Amino acid sequence: MERLKIATVWLGGCAGCHMSFLDLDEFLIDLAGKVDLVYSPIADVKEYPEGVDVCLIEGAVCNDDNLEILHQVRARTKVLVSFGDCAVTGNVPAMRNQFGLGNADNVLQRAYIDNAQFNPVKPRQDGIVPLLRERVQPVHELVRVEYFLPGCPPPADCIKALMVQVLEGKTPKLEGRQLKFG
Amino acid sequence: MSKRIVIDPVTRIEGHAKISIFMDDAGNVADAEFHVVEFRGFEKFCEGRPYSEMPGITQRICGICPVSHTLASAKAGDAIMAVNIPPAADKLRRLMNLGQMVQSHALSFFHLSAPDFLLGWDTPPARRNVFGIIAANQELARAGIRLRQFGQEIIEILGAKKIHPAWAVPGGVRSSLTEEGRAKIRAWLPEAFATTKVAFDLWKKTMKTHGREIQIFGNFQSLFMGLVAPDGTWEHHGGKLRFTDSSGSIIADQIDPANYQDYIGESVQNSSYLKSPYYLPLGFPEGIYRVGPLARLNVAEQMGVPKADAELKLFKKLGRGAVTSSFLYHYARLIEILASLEYIERYMDDPELSSDYLRADAGINSLRGVGASEAPRGTLFHDYTVDRDGLLQKVNLIVATGQNNLAMNQTVAQIARHYVHGNDIPEAMLNRVEHGIRCYDPCLSCSTHAVGQMPLHVQMIAPDGTVLDDKMRG
Ligand code: SF4
Repeated sequence: MERLKIATVWLGGCAGCHMSFLDLDEFLIDLAGKVDLVYSPIADVKEYPEGVDVCLIEGAVCNDDNLEILHQVRARTKVLVSFGDCAVTGNVPAMRNQFGLGNADNVLQRAYIDNAQFNPVKPRQDGIVPLLRERVQPVHELVRVEYFLPGCPPPADCIKALMVQVLEGKTPKLEGRQLKFG
Repeated sequence: MSKRIVIDPVTRIEGHAKISIFMDDAGNVADAEFHVVEFRGFEKFCEGRPYSEMPGITQRICGICPVSHTLASAKAGDAIMAVNIPPAADKLRRLMNLGQMVQSHALSFFHLSAPDFLLGWDTPPARRNVFGIIAANQELARAGIRLRQFGQEIIEILGAKKIHPAWAVPGGVRSSLTEEGRAKIRAWLPEAFATTKVAFDLWKKTMKTHGREIQIFGNFQSLFMGLVAPDGTWEHHGGKLRFTDSSGSIIADQIDPANYQDYIGESVQNSSYLKSPYYLPLGFPEGIYRVGPLARLNVAEQMGVPKADAELKLFKKLGRGAVTSSFLYHYARLIEILASLEYIERYMDDPELSSDYLRADAGINSLRGVGASEAPRGTLFHDYTVDRDGLLQKVNLIVATGQNNLAMNQTVAQIARHYVHGNDIPEAMLNRVEHGIRCYDPCLSCSTHAVGQMPLHVQMIAPDGTVLDDKMRG
């Protein structure tokens, strides 16, 4: 069998889900024998490749860059897993939605104008700093996803359970203890 | 005609960033800028919530150092309640922080930075990662993975979860160290010490072959800041602030972190979501200072534990006054792992960690509270203003990575100046520039209370916006 191509992507999240992936610990060594990690924040590949078998996507969609990469990932991935509560529900990053329209401006105002002593300004440079989206959204609101892996973060055991089933060529099914939020 | 080169994204750092390199007419590097491109807005959306929720919410700023946020936040809560927490709770918080120091530094060294100095700058990007290390040296990779795991296990033993434990609370902590947990940590310590020795050996070989990197990877004068004990001993969760300069002289000392605003200002850069704090008395940008392992070892007079103290002596010999090369952050990180292990070992003989007196109780006794702690990457401040019901009115967070922002910009420029000449952009040079950033182990989820991944895109751009040259790597 050809080695599975897996990828992990990080949108608007805290990296905790990625850290939980690293909490697979020595199972990572087993994985390294069976799959190719073709794209990830912990690797140096800069362009999301074509023909990825499984991608774990962490974080909510918070800004224009997130959205752009999300569409690219969807187009080039067979199985997309919404990875962690931020991806699944919006979770903590979506707390700014409570301010309704104009929330992006609101949060920028506090951080870069009120809490600054020198050159208070809302960062804005085309092509460098992406615009915040008016509403933070979970991944499946914008593209189709195959599976959900909730948790903040999903415990390493659950990630392992999913990976093992995928490696065995099964349709992954998580139930009972393996499904938890928070 | 001046040009601009953009590296996008910077990889193997904990976050989403880009780098621009500005060229002058002669084709030399004029300047460089490090941009952080994510932002989530914690300082605003926490307002209105009870301060007691903050240790739970703010740790979601960062999954790499959630313990730092939850502890700084709980401390700010202690200040709002105006209580002294029970001694056992203080020790237990410290133990968790030490566990985090070990896991985070091991991650930085083995998983993120070692691919550069172990596999080499010119290794193909597809192999230059932790899986590449697994392929090249499985035993080393396993040791590194297990060292990180050890730190994570300590966090889980105390807080029931490796990431985002709901454990520290204003006034103390929720649970003590169990005998089972104590036995597990004790049994694992010898292996952790052994791995640290392997890492030191590897690092010392690296220093011999990387003289050039030590010279140019962020080697410049700046101030340094960190927490120290009253006698100048290394601190990680307590103590007061100390600033020193490059000659090693103390320029401000024993500052209560609650008064940070008298010493630290924050500046905004139009092209980044990462703010740049600076030492207020010197102004911007002259008040450039560094935080984190290198800074902590520069401001501390001793580590307070024997093995790490012996290493600290060797480390201090690398500078006249302060050690000024950011490449040596890696070395400082290893010394801090060693010190953390020694402190953890001491705690294993302390019966107080099993005490069941763990929480002080009180209402709202102060309308403002500041909590500070040394995160793996540097000093972290949480500053909360509440109303009489304890609902947050205002939140200011100063995170470790931001405080290194000015230094990271300077580092990138320094490295680029050495490697970029004319129109040719060698891939290995780009990786070196990125490594300059990796030295600081920046945690960008923290720094913008914000994060992703895109192709490495190098563009040379003329001032009028025309793209003169365009390269992709991946
Ligand atoms: S789900 Fe939780 S752990 Fe994962 S990115 Fe979001 S906040 Fe972090």
